[in-house]
Amino acid sequence: MSVRARILPLSAAVEECVRDGDSVAMEGFTHLIPFAAAHELIRQRRRHLTLYRMTPDLIYDQLIGMGAADRLVFSWGGNPGVGSLHRLRDAVENGWPQPLELIEHSHAAMANAYDAGAANLPFALLRGYVGADLPRVNPQIRTVTCPFTGEQLAAVPAIRPNVGIIHAQKADARGNVLLEGIVGVQKQVVLAAQRSLVTVEEVVEDFGPRSSNAVILPAWTVSAIAAVPRGAHPSYAHGYYARDNGFYIGWDKIARARESFLDWMRVNVLQQPAPAQVRV
Amino acid sequence: MSENYSGDEMMTVVAARALKNDDICFVGIGAPSAACNLARLMHAPDITLIYESGTIATRPDVLPLSIGDGELCDTALTTVSVPEMFRYWLQGGRISVGFLGGAQIDRFANLNTTVVGDYAHPKVRLPGGGGAPEIATQCGEVFITMAQSNRSFVGKLDFITSFGHGSGGDHRRRLGLTTKGPTRLITDLCVMEPDPITREMCVTSIHPGVAREELQASTGWPLRYSDGVRETPPPTARELTTLRELQERTRRAHARG
Repeated sequence: MSVRARILPLSAAVEECVRDGDSVAMEGFTHLIPFAAAHELIRQRRRHLTLYRMTPDLIYDQLIGMGAADRLVFSWGGNPGVGSLHRLRDAVENGWPQPLELIEHSHAAMANAYDAGAANLPFALLRGYVGADLPRVNPQIRTVTCPFTGEQLAAVPAIRPNVGIIHAQKADARGNVLLEGIVGVQKQVVLAAQRSLVTVEEVVEDFGPRSSNAVILPAWTVSAIAAVPRGAHPSYAHGYYARDNGFYIGWDKIARARESFLDWMRVNVLQQPAPAQVRV
Repeated sequence: MSENYSGDEMMTVVAARALKNDDICFVGIGAPSAACNLARLMHAPDITLIYESGTIATRPDVLPLSIGDGELCDTALTTVSVPEMFRYWLQGGRISVGFLGGAQIDRFANLNTTVVGDYAHPKVRLPGGGGAPEIATQCGEVFITMAQSNRSFVGKLDFITSFGHGSGGDHRRRLGLTTKGPTRLITDLCVMEPDPITREMCVTSIHPGVAREELQASTGWPLRYSDGVRETPPPTARELTTLRELQERTRRAHARG
């Protein structure tokens, strides 16, 4: 881990941080989803990834549909308020473009598992999965006995991905990162990962006045930063732009058929240049 | 009440009536979200609505499309991280009502939102559990709202995503659960509540104009009726106007994108 996060063009940041076969967690709970970074992974044709994400959302529908992932660890895989993720379903139901192994949890378990990863613990502990069928199909869900009371509790492995990728509002010139709004598991995933990449709306000289309790990731916890304005679209960045709900609704039709999906990806991702370096 | 209304509007209005002004409610997306916000705009102005994205005491002007729309954060009393939401607030036992929807339900109000068919080779891969498995066991009680059909109200679930009353009787207690589980199931045709002993969901109230034959034809198990089944009071003009205005504001906001 370097002393200070380096501010790089997005293509160089992805090249440096993400390798074929890596486990990659791209988080953002509806808010601050790192779409631009995912598109760069697709342009660089990363393969055989194990993808972690609580809510796979459109970002993983795109990565899965483009054949980047062998495995998905998740807790809710839909297009929120709209319906199915058609590319995720096609991979699971028909093996297209390649089979996808699922490791499935509940939100509570994933959130606890990121927290355990950030806290350097081997597993997370929760009152979870009582009466549910998931433990029957996911051997990573086990139980432990409380040494004080004898109570049985659920245990899941900590999440320690090779790479954590998030989007945030701001970085300062030293490479500290500030985020606000729905903060999800953003802080946990960066602290749990071996390497981390943060895309930001803007790089500023100094954060200026802020709450003493602002969510800040110090520069020495982040491997690389890339300034990508609107890098979370069609998700949103609190204080910058709103969630493009119309895009989420429209995605259903684009992703329903393989051909229209591939056409969209070709025009809107593969044929697009990587975002240029944005100067401070 | 002469105005026409849809089954979906009836369901949302009845679901909203189930909530109280002092409830602390964990809101699922979709039908539950509409019902919870209608309650807030009608008889429960001080209700605390919590979404799993971490927004506490949120007062959205339009319904969110996702559980994490900016509208929820902008209008919330406070927004906490997702691990904190599930650890301190839900697992901490601070929520009185969890409001869930589902793809499939059985007679004991167990829910399936995971797969249709075999888990390893599903016919239909559904989104999965999200927050629901723990909402179902950790909230003081659970209300469920979903449209009723014999495809979704099934004799046997392919997968139990969220535990309701299990196989009935004292199943919840045997698993160490002290919360009540599903106490109300509100559909577009009727309201069901668990039998005090068997915990099977029984019809307690039938919506106006719904015949028992239609109700049974829309249900994949032999329905039981509790003593003294009532007719559900129809939506009032104010309930319908408030709901329609909310949905029109929402439609305009989402189309804007």
